[in-house]
Amino acid sequence: MAFLRVSWRRHLPLGLLALFLVVFLTGCSPEGYPQSTLSPKGDFAELVDAVFMKTVWWATVIFILVEGALLYAVFKFRGKPDDPEPKQVHGSTVVEIIWTVIPAAVLAFVAVPTVQTIFRTAEIPAESPDGQQPLKVEVIGHQWWWEFRYPELGIITANELHVPVGRTVDLRMKTVDVLHSFWTPQFAGKRDVFPNRETRLWFTAQESGSYPGACAEFCGLQHGKMLFLVVASAPAEFDAWVAQRMQDSVTVAPTPVADSTAAEALPTTLAVDPLVAEGEKLFTAKACAGCHSLKAVGGPAVMVGPNLGGIGSRQMIAAGWMKNTDENLKHWIQNPQEVKEGVLMRGYTLSDAEAEALVAFLRTKQ
Amino acid sequence: MATTVLEPTRTASLARRSVIVDWLTTVDHKKIGIMYGAWAFIFFIIGGIEALIIRTQLARPEATLVSPDFYNQLFTMHGTTMIFLAVMPLSAMFFNFFVPLLIGARDVAFPRLNAMSLWVFVLGGLFLNASFLFGTAPNGGWFGYAPLSGRQYSPGPHMDFWVLGLQILGIASLAAGVNFFTTILNMRARGMTLMRMPMFVWTTLITQVLVLLSFPVITVALILLMADRLFGSGFFVTAMGGDPMLWQHLFWVFGHPEVYILILPAFGIISEILPVFSRKPLFGYSAMVFSSAFIAFLGFGVWSHHMFSTGMGPLADSFFSLATMLIAIPTGVKIFNWIGTIWGGSLQFKTPLYFALGFIAMFIMGGLSGVMHAVAPADLQQTDTYFVVAHFHYVLFGGSILALTAGAYYWWPKMFGKMLSERLGKLHFWTTMIGFNLTFFPMHFAGLLGMPRRVYTYPSGLGFDVYNMMATVGAFFLAGSILVFIWNVIVTWRSGERAPADPWNGATLEWTIPSPPPMWNFTDEPVVAGKDPVWTLKREAGTRTLPEPVAGDGRGIHMPGPSWWPLVVSIGILSFFVGFMFDKPWAFPFGPVTIVGFLLTTFGTFKWAYEAPDAHATNH
Repeated sequence: MAFLRVSWRRHLPLGLLALFLVVFLTGCSPEGYPQSTLSPKGDFAELVDAVFMKTVWWATVIFILVEGALLYAVFKFRGKPDDPEPKQVHGSTVVEIIWTVIPAAVLAFVAVPTVQTIFRTAEIPAESPDGQQPLKVEVIGHQWWWEFRYPELGIITANELHVPVGRTVDLRMKTVDVLHSFWTPQFAGKRDVFPNRETRLWFTAQESGSYPGACAEFCGLQHGKMLFLVVASAPAEFDAWVAQRMQDSVTVAPTPVADSTAAEALPTTLAVDPLVAEGEKLFTAKACAGCHSLKAVGGPAVMVGPNLGGIGSRQMIAAGWMKNTDENLKHWIQNPQEVKEGVLMRGYTLSDAEAEALVAFLRTKQ
Repeated sequence: MATTVLEPTRTASLARRSVIVDWLTTVDHKKIGIMYGAWAFIFFIIGGIEALIIRTQLARPEATLVSPDFYNQLFTMHGTTMIFLAVMPLSAMFFNFFVPLLIGARDVAFPRLNAMSLWVFVLGGLFLNASFLFGTAPNGGWFGYAPLSGRQYSPGPHMDFWVLGLQILGIASLAAGVNFFTTILNMRARGMTLMRMPMFVWTTLITQVLVLLSFPVITVALILLMADRLFGSGFFVTAMGGDPMLWQHLFWVFGHPEVYILILPAFGIISEILPVFSRKPLFGYSAMVFSSAFIAFLGFGVWSHHMFSTGMGPLADSFFSLATMLIAIPTGVKIFNWIGTIWGGSLQFKTPLYFALGFIAMFIMGGLSGVMHAVAPADLQQTDTYFVVAHFHYVLFGGSILALTAGAYYWWPKMFGKMLSERLGKLHFWTTMIGFNLTFFPMHFAGLLGMPRRVYTYPSGLGFDVYNMMATVGAFFLAGSILVFIWNVIVTWRSGERAPADPWNGATLEWTIPSPPPMWNFTDEPVVAGKDPVWTLKREAGTRTLPEPVAGDGRGIHMPGPSWWPLVVSIGILSFFVGFMFDKPWAFPFGPVTIVGFLLTTFGTFKWAYEAPDAHATNH
């Protein structure tokens, strides 16, 4: 028992330290952590990361010094019950001044870059790194999904924000209901959205890919399932995505178009598929169209539900919660309250056949 | 004020009173303190069970153990409970029991007001938790952000429980604030100047100033929210010209000082324990006093660091960043002075010292992550993530709870006359440290890797899984450490070693009187000639242990008599507020329950004011 007690005291702190180091090192590698704040992929997040890492290093130094002094004192000044009274020291003004001034000086090393970064991140760049004007995007929070509008392009979409790599995006944000917070950790910090004022945020994506984001302000029942994706792609790909939205919205049936990429993307056989035709009918008959527009461009300005233009090609459904497979999409439109209790989508029933038809139809909305 | 001259016959008649009536009507600060502690511990266990359900739900991704609504109720009530029903009243237990003893007084300035604070707190806490019985516990977060907390987005009684419950609890805190502020300023023993007060008395005094200045703000905010919810006003409703930002400012102008209300008493307890177990006076007493006061002062100028993500603009962000960083300086001074206190001492490794040292080690970590949040741009990444959850648990558990536990082991002998088991105490310490760090350290990583807080589940594939599993295992380990403490209390109660008056070679006045102290505390009112008066006494007598004091029979000492009116007024206050919720506004905004509550409060206050001295004396 005595042996146990000694080894506890000696080895416990070391063991914990080793455990934390292992955890910390695994936490630092970027693979497997797509929502990490520690591997920035945009300029805003890089500025934040730089000042954060400076703080972390200072904190580590102070941590080692102060915890070291504490541990040293704990082991050095062990006493026995009958030891003589130690020297009665009441304090020292010199020492007090020293340990007031040194932390103040250290703080200055953190404070200066902090204020610099505050001002640098507050200002939305007038010009992108690629020389263009920043791309304006309106972000609108809903319980519990995100709407994205590109006023210059006339595009409305939901839960998947497409941005070109290298071009700054200038986000202007609002909510239609309660507060939410827009957060894509690899691109920028959080910004809350309010019903009565516009908040701003910006970032420039530096690498193409899909980056998960999340609502970070508690917003009620389904706060946990208010996720989204930012899809950053090369400018040409982004332009193709824009062209696709335009094309898709003109008419449901494919027509010959000048843009060859868009024409390729549209499978010409789909419109004649009877399942798709059935789905299209159901979309109106089951009142889907009452809340959802299928037109990313030129549809109604205000709809209750997410815009479904391009739903067929989105990576995720139910606001970033599920992969957009046929099976998941069917499950979602058949049992929305089971997947996400409390969402507005309710009050209808779909048979398996009807749901499959709707899925087939929605899948054509590439 | 009702007073009773303690005659031998009188004491005997008191002993015959029913135990229940005795505890319901007592105005003895020690009994009130014990009841504060007992109720707070019950609420602490409830809050802990909520935490365990939360952790079980989050152990695995995409879990469906609890419904999203119940999860939201759990985390709202966990936060509300731990802050208002556990940590604050656990501190109040020590204020009540020990402030009069430490300043050499026989009771607090307003004993009946003290009883009222207790009962309002207990009834308010029961009211808040009663919401679970209806399945409608508050679900809008402990911070109740508008407009989510408004009627439109939170219909039903959930947030009414929260608004009214907090309002009730605020009355308890304000009354106690007035009481202890007055007690400390007016009732100190002769010779105990302000700069001779024990540090715990200082931090209590400063805490009461914070309570008195910050609780009125939340009171106003809650009245506005109540008006929005129940009477259809629109202070926070944008459609009616209201502003949700107003709520955030009001809430955090209260909310940040509240953080110091939770931690300053802990600072005080640590500052009492370290000198005793180092056998050395507190290092830098005046620096400790001024740093506490400075922390409290700055605490009112940093509220918006909870709001960096609202986009206040670079000037406001810079101001609140720098102001927050400034707090690190007096906080650092405190930590250095604690280390200075044990430096060169003769450390006696008893359980209170273990917990006190654990407090310093953990609080340093909470402080350092606090500085990271002060860096506004970094906070944009960290706020509302598990990194923040980790940070404030290092401050509130690693800080407040460890210090309160240290205080419990330190003062238990004085409160109950029994020594808690050292063996179980040390087991309690090590299991707490392991469980605590295993629970909360991984949350730093979960947060930095992008896990938002207040989510009832999370998708797999984002790398949060392993950290959440660790935290859940740790949480159950930590719960086990609490069981060790409960076991220690039971064992001690049944067969513990009897405590002498001064088991630790203490420095302050409470160690000169018997354990547990008689009702009147000090048979002879003490006179103080300096700091650490009992050490001086023992040094002059050339001994480390003074002869065991004799309680005596208290003959001729005037003590306040028991009273029913604080309890009656408390029930009136509860009824007044509850009425707003259950009386549905027909033509009137309030109904019979509120009116009855109002009348009961008025009647009780009237009777209280005109209660004759010795009204309850049966034999005088």
